[in-house]
Amino acid sequence: MPDYTLRIRRYNPETGKAPYWDQYTVTLDTHEAVLTGILEVKNRHDGSLGVRCSCRSAICGSCGMRINGQPGLACNTQVGDAVKRSKDGSNTIVIEPMGNMPVIRDLIVDMDAVHWKKVGRVTPWLLAKEPVPEREYIVPRESMVDVTQTMACIQCGSCVSDCLAMEADPEFIGPAALAKAYRFVGDPRDAQHQQRLEDLAEDPHGLYTCTHCFKCIDACPKDVAPMSQIMRLRRIAGQDHHIEDVNNGERHEQAFVVLIKKYGLLAEADIVPRSYGGNGITGGKFSPKSGQQIAQSLPFLVKAVLRGKVSIKETLIPHRLAPEDRAQIKTIFETVKGREKRNELNLYITGYDEDGDPHTEPVSTDKEGATA
Amino acid sequence: MTKVAYWPGCVSRGFTPELHGAMNLVAPKLGLDLVQLNRGSCTGAGVLAEHNQELVDTLNGRTFALAQQVDQAEFMMNICSTCQGAMSESQERLDANKEYRHDVNHTLAQFGLSYEKGIVNKNFLWVLVEDIGLDKLKSLVTNPLTNLKVGPFYGCYIVRPVERLHINDENPRDTYLPKVIEALGGTVIDYAGSHKCCGFPIITMNKEASLKQAGTHLTDAQEASADCLVTPCPLCHLNLDMQQPVAAKAVGNMELHMPVLHLPQLVGLALGISPKELGMNKHVVRPTSVIDWSETVIGSIPA
Ligand code: SF4
Ligand code: SF4
Ligand code: SF4
Ligand code: SF4
Ligand code: FES
Repeated sequence: MPDYTLRIRRYNPETGKAPYWDQYTVTLDTHEAVLTGILEVKNRHDGSLGVRCSCRSAICGSCGMRINGQPGLACNTQVGDAVKRSKDGSNTIVIEPMGNMPVIRDLIVDMDAVHWKKVGRVTPWLLAKEPVPEREYIVPRESMVDVTQTMACIQCGSCVSDCLAMEADPEFIGPAALAKAYRFVGDPRDAQHQQRLEDLAEDPHGLYTCTHCFKCIDACPKDVAPMSQIMRLRRIAGQDHHIEDVNNGERHEQAFVVLIKKYGLLAEADIVPRSYGGNGITGGKFSPKSGQQIAQSLPFLVKAVLRGKVSIKETLIPHRLAPEDRAQIKTIFETVKGREKRNELNLYITGYDEDGDPHTEPVSTDKEGATA
Repeated sequence: MTKVAYWPGCVSRGFTPELHGAMNLVAPKLGLDLVQLNRGSCTGAGVLAEHNQELVDTLNGRTFALAQQVDQAEFMMNICSTCQGAMSESQERLDANKEYRHDVNHTLAQFGLSYEKGIVNKNFLWVLVEDIGLDKLKSLVTNPLTNLKVGPFYGCYIVRPVERLHINDENPRDTYLPKVIEALGGTVIDYAGSHKCCGFPIITMNKEASLKQAGTHLTDAQEASADCLVTPCPLCHLNLDMQQPVAAKAVGNMELHMPVLHLPQLVGLALGISPKELGMNKHVVRPTSVIDWSETVIGSIPA
């Protein structure tokens, strides 16, 4: 069995001493869990090591931590996999408490102060439709299958730990709570979809603060894909509930849609004014807010023009596709948007066709589907 | 020469024309014959996907179908992390499910187009390492970036999610930038922000948080004594370069002056192309340190 070096970040705020690192060597099989190593350290070397765990089978959600830079559960991360991420290629595993939450002691963070508070913020229970039926609610099967992905959450906080928007804006509601919000917005038995969405969209640290960084997707040990749920919330808020939020989230999305439909390509200079509610530099109608934003970024636009980065003409007349291609783009928009129901494919539910393994790079000579 | 169906993206032809120009200059030196896909549409940059999946998948399916029509192209290449991510997302759905692909191809059939499952679409960074190869790249270097301290900045869409992007033991694509910098003779600067988000997607929704992200990464790189950053993503370039003066203010770092290079520009410098030809005078943050460096180095070594 190989030796592994566990480099553990130690910190006890009560002592007033700065955080420091302790290093231990443990002997483990490659397939054993990082948590097994940590518990061996605690049992044999240092009983004062603070760590939280219970089920040891990825169910209870207590053992979230950062392992060689990656947030996840210590009980379902194998040491052999963890060392693949080691910076110097050695058998060292760097173990830290989760981020974005204050440390209580060593590897234990204050989940109450951050994670649970945020989950509480989204009213995480069903606000049932009235009248409550005498027996069960009858709902379409697909709609319940759809929310099972968010129901798989075990509240471990791994996604919260490395959320990059929360790092910049600690007040951001965050991935776990927003995934929980979708659990009810996607539930046909809930009566308050509109109110829930308005509340999240209008919050300046809410639905539209997610930067689309995918960190929470890779962090989650349960495939909840919080970011995908956030995108669903945005889609439903904008299109089904027509919520025009004060944060320009809906308008920003709409700006992309309109510009791509019109030109096939993006006119970046138009995105800013359109996102703030005007109809763009090229459209001639400014909202006062967009004027203010343009004035703020004007010095840099001027600089960009001076450096020959963009010409005034380019800024005012966006690049576009040839007329016949624009016509095709328009047809695509009309065909897809003309459907009664949005055609969405949730890979969590459908999985991958059996004929191909999606995780190996497919070869382009594969003719399957050519006639489909 | 390797023939490649080339998707330049929109930003590289709009706000960052120097990127597109630099790519065209380095391609022949690397043995890449670029066939530009002028008829493709914007990939949607992740925003269109939040609006309507089928819409973005059909638009990208159309571009894939156009790429598949390029005679004898070995693969499709892009020069934008965000394009890579947005297109990989569409491809994941299109390749995973036959019925869904059928729906999309039904729309495309109106234009006589059809997407065949399994296109290989790679960012220039991946092509450098996987197709051209680091040894070959090294052998092409005429002006090694000796003593130039470069911080890598990937852009989220090209490093996450790992499964969709086929980042694995065989192709550890989230470790390529330092390898390329080293192959070009430069010094890699390790700093906290290399794999983080530049903040661009929320610049109009939560400006403060957006600029704080850009400002923090730039400051971290500065503190780690980088001369410049390099990125394969023009959208990151917008937030890191064009917005740098405001980002500096947002984090209260008035000393900030961090040039940000596009990946093809960095490669071009090492292959002996002048900073001016590479459009480095077009950046908002003047890459003075890099140009001074290249003048002394390029000036002293006959190309
Ligand atoms: S995708 Fe959004 S919610 Fe998820 S980690 Fe990134 S910023 Fe946070
Ligand atoms: S979404 Fe995933 S990572 Fe986040 S708390 Fe739930 S189980 Fe943990
Ligand atoms: S993702 Fe960005 S660079 Fe790529 S095509 Fe769209 S706007 Fe252009
Ligand atoms: S860093 Fe920003 S612009 Fe770049 S890919 Fe990530 S989100 Fe996009
Ligand atoms: S110990 Fe329960 S999830 Fe790890």
